Amino acid sequence: MDQILFLILSGLAICGALAVIFSKSPVYSVLALVLTFFSIAGHYALLNANFLFIVHIIVYAGAILVLFLFVIMLLNLNKEAEAKQPILIKLAAFISGGLFLFTLFGALKGMDLIITEKAPSTNIGSVEVLGQVLFNDFILPFEISSVLFLSAMIGAVMLGKKDLKEN
Amino acid sequence: MNNFLNLSNSLNNYIILASILFAIGIIGVLVRKNIIIMFMSIELMLNAINLLMVAFSVHHGDPQGQVFVFFIMAVAAAEITVGLAILVMIYRNTGSVSIDALKKLKW
Repeated sequence: MDQILFLILSGLAICGALAVIFSKSPVYSVLALVLTFFSIAGHYALLNANFLFIVHIIVYAGAILVLFLFVIMLLNLNKEAEAKQPILIKLAAFISGGLFLFTLFGALKGMDLIITEKAPSTNIGSVEVLGQVLFNDFILPFEISSVLFLSAMIGAVMLGKKDLKEN
Repeated sequence: MNNFLNLSNSLNNYIILASILFAIGIIGVLVRKNIIIMFMSIELMLNAINLLMVAFSVHHGDPQGQVFVFFIMAVAAAEITVGLAILVMIYRNTGSVSIDALKKLKW
């Protein structure tokens, strides 16, 4: 059952990822990205990582994709024809990406099969365990990430303002 | 490669899946000229790494990997916010979201 779910989710994720980079319109790319993100969230659920499952859906589907869609609608980019990359550069891109994949697979080929033993008793991905780790060992990075968010927010507002000098 | 034939819930399958997603992200960044699509490809690459990190974390029984994934998600959210703000700025100044509009940045 797990394996069938894994295969279905992997197929959905890869098809969505391919649709993201090959679709003509940015809106369709965003919709394909939604598919990919939800299938990755399904993978998290399959791995028994409940906290990250929820956080992934909230952050990606709830915030980032809405932001993407909002920018696309705001700029009205759907009609604009995209300039094509020269065929030589396209070929080089596919060759380099394929070589990267080939290298990783080659490295994997010499490795033994690593079996993940399913241990339902160890609830590593639960909110309780992650909260303990986050607020004991990682309290400083957690606080620093709040500063990061504040600076990102200020930066976005500053960049988004129309005329900084006149106001 | 016998990993595809052995369909047990092994870590190797997750490594293969994450590698494929990462390679698709790389190809997306290199092939497309639309800056929005390039951002999406970067998100794909980040997600591939996140998935791999969660798989390894579950495999080793160590929750610290999932905490790192949480931080990566936070940084990705901040990055996309600022990036899209810069994108809106570029569109306002050049009237296009093509990467060709930034050719002046080339050395």
